Amino acid sequence: MPTPVASPGSSARVMHGTSTPYLFLLPYLLIFGVFGLLPIGLGVWLSLHQWDFQLPNKPFTGLDNYTELFTPDSLVYSDWWESVRATAIFTVLSVPLLVALPLGIAMLLNRRFPGRTFFRAVYFAPYVLGVAVVGLLWRFLLDANLGFVNHLFGTHTPWLTATPWAWVSLVGVTVWWTCGFNAVIYLAGLQDIPAELYEASKMDGASAWQRFWHVTLPGLRPVLLFVITTTILASANMFGQSYLITQGAPGNETRTVVSYVVALGIGQNDAGRAAAMSVTLTLMLAVVSIANFRIFRYQEDS
Amino acid sequence: MTIRRIALYATLLVFTAVFVIPLVWMVLTSFKTYPAAQQSPPTWLPDPASTYGYGRLFEAGSQNPVLRWFANSMLAATLHAALVLGTASTAAYALARMRFRGRGAMFGLIVATLFVPPATLIIPSFLIVDTIGWLDTLTVLVVPTAASAFGVFFLRQFFLSLPRELEEAAILDGANQWQVFVKVVLPLSRPALATLLVLSFLTNWNDFIWPVFTLFSADHLTLPAGLGLLQGAYVTDYPVVMAGAVLASVPALVLFVLAQRYVIEGISRSGLKG
Repeated sequence: MPTPVASPGSSARVMHGTSTPYLFLLPYLLIFGVFGLLPIGLGVWLSLHQWDFQLPNKPFTGLDNYTELFTPDSLVYSDWWESVRATAIFTVLSVPLLVALPLGIAMLLNRRFPGRTFFRAVYFAPYVLGVAVVGLLWRFLLDANLGFVNHLFGTHTPWLTATPWAWVSLVGVTVWWTCGFNAVIYLAGLQDIPAELYEASKMDGASAWQRFWHVTLPGLRPVLLFVITTTILASANMFGQSYLITQGAPGNETRTVVSYVVALGIGQNDAGRAAAMSVTLTLMLAVVSIANFRIFRYQEDS
Repeated sequence: MTIRRIALYATLLVFTAVFVIPLVWMVLTSFKTYPAAQQSPPTWLPDPASTYGYGRLFEAGSQNPVLRWFANSMLAATLHAALVLGTASTAAYALARMRFRGRGAMFGLIVATLFVPPATLIIPSFLIVDTIGWLDTLTVLVVPTAASAFGVFFLRQFFLSLPRELEEAAILDGANQWQVFVKVVLPLSRPALATLLVLSFLTNWNDFIWPVFTLFSADHLTLPAGLGLLQGAYVTDYPVVMAGAVLASVPALVLFVLAQRYVIEGISRSGLKG
């Protein structure tokens, strides 16, 4: 294992002849260096090796772990792309809902009426529960025979064991769980838009829709960018829901990239391949995030 | 009440039902007997009301020492929150108020890690704790996740918003940096510190993927990691499984109700500087 990365400030010369800033920083930087930075470097390093825990030597294999992901007859090709497909489906279905629905809720809550803080707290409440609770609860509620959901709708839908229902379940549960988080962020953003802007546009005879389009959305731009970026990141890293609710079923159709990476890297001791997959996912997400920032900047310019 | 008001409340109540009914169902099921929970169609109220689920859950000598998991989770989350507060507040103060070389670059580097997908770091992080010999210990729950950049970022923003005059006055009175930090800055920062404390506790209490893969012994698990085992052991014995879910939810919900203002304020603020 490589030695821990030196804290970035430690080599810098101290100004005013004092070491005080570094003493203040030291405890955090120790943890940050070993568990914040080192894993990034180590991840890249692992991905260039055949890193089997049981192998006595871990040979350097260059980009083999990466080219494998794009070689149709390789060992991991079909499992890897099936997991990419699962992650992509989940992200594409959940992100629009998690961006739009919380905005609607935030706008409902962004007025003065009795009970406002109560409703805000209730909508946020599922988010303070962990994925383990949420997973167990919804696995029960969505049970085809004993579940509350089928009872409510009078259906016999196999929510957990067949697609497309499994996707509806995973996306629905995630929206139920994290909707309030985005709503609270939007609400803070809405409260920062000056009321005069709304009054002025009302005086100009703007309709409610026009006010939304010309005042609310532009005022929310930085918040919107934050919400979209973090939601894409969170959705693409989905693990607990599919691990606990559908357990990847049917087959491995709903097994996400993160599920596959941990199954391979920890379950099957194949850390090199798993690390290459992690890095590839991170690069894919970086491309999406950069595109996202570009689109927002472009809109700002035009 | 105008029609608009009524429509608003009606909409709000529909959403309330969607968010609350699943939680109510969880609690009601945890008080059902096994046969009552197997009924199709299901009944709302537990009839007869029973503590069967909790009885099985806390059974002595069971392979699933649930109370032990509860205690492990409590201890880990408390120590973790304390560690985050201690390390993030000193680091954030240095980054907010002290001048030294590399400050901008260091802060940039810390913030940049906020955008690295955390789950993709799990394999190398696992290898690191394995090498240090922390697998299957309490330390593995407390320390590694304290590297998160959020606390430093959040507290630095708060410290920057404090008026400098008080600190300057203390320095004129002969206080050193440490005394200024402890006696002036920290007391002024109570709301921000409370927010970070609550958020760190909740994040650690709820963490799933990390404890599931770094803990092995039945006695060392946290409650969320144990809940997965519980589901495997009891399958469709839903009163037991739901009793476990209730046990894991109660501390989080109680903390949320007590510290609601801090939680919501902390989350709100995280978006504004994004």
